[in-house]
Amino acid sequence: MDDILQEFLAESWENLGQLDSEIVELEKDPKNAELIASIFRTIHTIKGTCGFLGLTNLGAVAHSAENVLGKMREGILDVSPGAISLVLEAIDQIKELLQGLEATGEEPKVDHSSLTSMLDELADYATKQAAEAKAQPAPVVEQAPAEVSSGSQQAQSIASEQQPLKEDVDISEAPRLESEAESTGLAVSAGVSDGEAIAAKSSKVSVADLSIRVNVHVVDSLMNMVGELVLTRNQLLQLARGDEESKYAAPIAHLNRVTTDLQEGVMKTRMQPIGNAWNKLPRLVRDLSQVTTKHIELVMTGAETELDRTVLDAIKDPLTHMVRNSADHGIELPEVRKASGKPESGTIHLNAYHEGGHVIIEIQDDGAGISRDKVLKKAISQGLIKEADAANVTDSHIFSMIFQAGFSTAETVSSISGRGVGMDVVRTQIEKIGGTVDLSSKIGKGTMVRIKIPLTLAIVSALVLESGGQPFAIPQLGVVELVRLTTEDRKKIETIHNKEVFRLRDRLLPLVHLNEVLELEEKPLADDDVHDTNIVVVQVGEDQFGLIVSRIFDTEEIVVKPVGRLLKNIGLYQGTTILGDGSVVMILDVAGIFNKCGNSPHTQTMAEETAQGTSRDTISMLLFGAGEDVVMAVPLSLVARLEEFPQNHIEHNGGRKVVQYRDNLLPLLSIEGAGYGNSEPIDPQPVIVFSDNSRSMGLMVNEIKDIIDEQLVIRMQSDRPGVLGTAIIGKNAVDVIDTQYYVTRSMPNWFEKVEDKRAMRALVIDSSMFFRQLVATALETEGFSVVTCDSCISAVDLLERDSKFHAVITDLDFPMMNGFEFCEWLREQKNTKDIYSIALTSSHSPADRSRANEAGFDEFLVKFNSQELISSLDGCFDRMKQNAGVNV
Amino acid sequence: MSATMTDSNHGMESQLDYTSQYVSFWVDGQLLGMPVNMVQEVLSEQVIWPTPLARAEITGLLNLRGQIVTAVSLRKRLGLPDLKEGNSMNVVTRMGEESFSLLVDEVGDVINVSGRSMEPVPRTLDPHWRSVTVGVFQLEEGLFVILDVGTILNFD
Repeated sequence: MDDILQEFLAESWENLGQLDSEIVELEKDPKNAELIASIFRTIHTIKGTCGFLGLTNLGAVAHSAENVLGKMREGILDVSPGAISLVLEAIDQIKELLQGLEATGEEPKVDHSSLTSMLDELADYATKQAAEAKAQPAPVVEQAPAEVSSGSQQAQSIASEQQPLKEDVDISEAPRLESEAESTGLAVSAGVSDGEAIAAKSSKVSVADLSIRVNVHVVDSLMNMVGELVLTRNQLLQLARGDEESKYAAPIAHLNRVTTDLQEGVMKTRMQPIGNAWNKLPRLVRDLSQVTTKHIELVMTGAETELDRTVLDAIKDPLTHMVRNSADHGIELPEVRKASGKPESGTIHLNAYHEGGHVIIEIQDDGAGISRDKVLKKAISQGLIKEADAANVTDSHIFSMIFQAGFSTAETVSSISGRGVGMDVVRTQIEKIGGTVDLSSKIGKGTMVRIKIPLTLAIVSALVLESGGQPFAIPQLGVVELVRLTTEDRKKIETIHNKEVFRLRDRLLPLVHLNEVLELEEKPLADDDVHDTNIVVVQVGEDQFGLIVSRIFDTEEIVVKPVGRLLKNIGLYQGTTILGDGSVVMILDVAGIFNKCGNSPHTQTMAEETAQGTSRDTISMLLFGAGEDVVMAVPLSLVARLEEFPQNHIEHNGGRKVVQYRDNLLPLLSIEGAGYGNSEPIDPQPVIVFSDNSRSMGLMVNEIKDIIDEQLVIRMQSDRPGVLGTAIIGKNAVDVIDTQYYVTRSMPNWFEKVEDKRAMRALVIDSSMFFRQLVATALETEGFSVVTCDSCISAVDLLERDSKFHAVITDLDFPMMNGFEFCEWLREQKNTKDIYSIALTSSHSPADRSRANEAGFDEFLVKFNSQELISSLDGCFDRMKQNAGVNV
Repeated sequence: MSATMTDSNHGMESQLDYTSQYVSFWVDGQLLGMPVNMVQEVLSEQVIWPTPLARAEITGLLNLRGQIVTAVSLRKRLGLPDLKEGNSMNVVTRMGEESFSLLVDEVGDVINVSGRSMEPVPRTLDPHWRSVTVGVFQLEEGLFVILDVGTILNFD
């Protein structure tokens, strides 16, 4: 492309970037003459260059916009929202034209006559008004034909109305108006040229005179070369180390200083104020507040905070997303705000500042806030947090769930946001550049998102260490602390099922041998370090874990180079670098290592499932030894905790074993049946704790063996008490215990407390026998009568014979007739249309949810939270009692 | 053993015609080549830093004057046994924004093939070899097989 054209495009983009925010600013402060002049100048410059380059379309749009702005500047046209919308529209079209120009090198052929004529009308109307206001109206104006005045009225309406009027104006009328206007418009021309003179005068000595425009590639390659220089300097320093007498020592010291200064200098050239990334936001918020009819004010502080342009580019999209979220979900409607005693207009506050080697960006709104409990509930229903842990989870951990894929607590999905995608992308993007993001919120008060990002990506401080006889680097940013254990200390490393953990100040730190992750042989070290164990404690999101390495060297400023194409898919490296001694080392990605070690199996499976868009019915099963060589299993989701009690803590109380546990007595039972149980007591006694609301019981087992993710199919039903059936788990036949059996046995009065709800009949449809059993047992325990079916087809069969059910609980995924079709069928039948229907599925997809809604489901629950299901059925039962007057 | 320049006394014109010049190298007794304009430089044995968990064909990374180059073992890539003794040499090539080094047994001369036509590789050749070669020249000294470097460096 033409050099001149390139220059023009670069300059225009830069100017337009400012323009959006300036115009929104102008809307708030219509009397700001300086702003008007600045906007006018920008458009004027574009128009001027267009003429020079022969870009007629672009020139025409710019010209018309300039006309209107000129009138505003002269003070004869009010700065009204309508007029501003029109000017913004013109700017959008200019941008479109520039984009086309950039892509093809030619001006796109688009018809802008409707917009330009509207702008022209507006300008003419202003001129006419101004002329009329003069003491002696010009005769030309007096003779103006009637059509013009009607046009002017239209223009007036444009000036006062809010929404863009592009569609409202009769375009066919436009050319006529324009030509008529020309005849009357002679008096105006003097005003315009006047305006140009003013524009020229007011520019004075601008910043532009003191700066030059440099191509980004030039700066980038400079940065690369400085990187090389830093490496060479490091090498020289290493060579000169310990040889202070050398004649090279002084020049090397000097080189060192100069290189450091140069590095800082070049870094500075890449620095840009964060305000550049904020340019678009005022416009965005303005548009959003119009769409949502909210009053939103955007306050920006610290816009001058500088950071590297690569970092700047990387955070633009996440920032936009979060501001959009705040505007859409955070800030309430004016009525709502007023009702809760807040000012009608909400505020989104963007703030940036330096802290250490980082830039902190805060996005704060004074909106509705996010309900901690709602997020927690959702996290539990999605299986991200175990229900048993709910009481102990920190707020920050709960709020961090918002950044999980597929997580949205918004009740309504709008065109703007709320689809549960986005926040996970935000986190991914920020973590990609080595940053972190936190969210805190107070219900009714607002939400604050805090982003911490490094100043620059090119040169980072890293810890160099050795594992498997090879050096590696870890960015200091992720390193929390270093722990060194002597041989005696090593005993403090404990194991849980072959996984090593270390108690670091009362916190359990999972340990990972780096050489095992990298599949390297650990070579014995010659020096004294061999007896010590080095642990690098690293942070990944909310989690910390320890990497065991053979040696820790030093921290070094390293130049990060991208991972080569052929090494990208390994997922454990975030870059490569060359150290002072010339060796090439891989920069480790601690998050990748954490994932590989399966320390977050949950997030992983979640991510996999989302990625595949399928919902496999695998269930985590806890395997335990229940006697000599007997292995049994229980679904992990039913297990509250695993404990070990010393035998001397176990007391006998009326023939039953109990143990004091969390200020309560926990009844203990052993596995029943022939050959089960153990004659000799095990010390300490492993116990599986089951909980249901406030009631808990412990099952004594021989040992906890393993946790396996399996597609659970019960192969054989069992008539033995306490055994649900036999399943194939890990190629072995394993008895699955019936937890309800033990729970009820431990609490003889269990059923007495339960209301008799047998009048309520529920139909459970699921293709998995295990799952039917699970749901049925849970409901029967609560007192409901339950009938089960293995498919929708057989359910239809059943309902045609016997429709006296009050609730249907069904999965969605079936062959022949799926859950949606079934529900539609249900709603069409006279006898079944009032049955309360619940979709119970492992799908989290919003699409399924809305489809379930359309099909007529009363409720959509995610598998499997028995409390949720029971409370929903309880509600149904209460209604049933009221409506039908059922006497229970 | 090395291949001789077939047309060393030819005029300047054909010397400048890079399209008919190929860098030759030996891998497991086979003479292979690639276009001379694809070769950035040829190096003797270099220190190569291993990359754990990378594919077997990737020997590691080397530091070429501050530039990081991915080293690919041509023997492994072609399904040949490792070099028993002696050191590999590096044929450095640039692809996209990155540099790669093909590890070969020995580098030969630049061979000018002007006047000869490239023939397709025999259909009976092992499918893997056929996928990574573009053709073959008949030289007096033997057959000269030209590699498809793009495919060699594409592992998917």
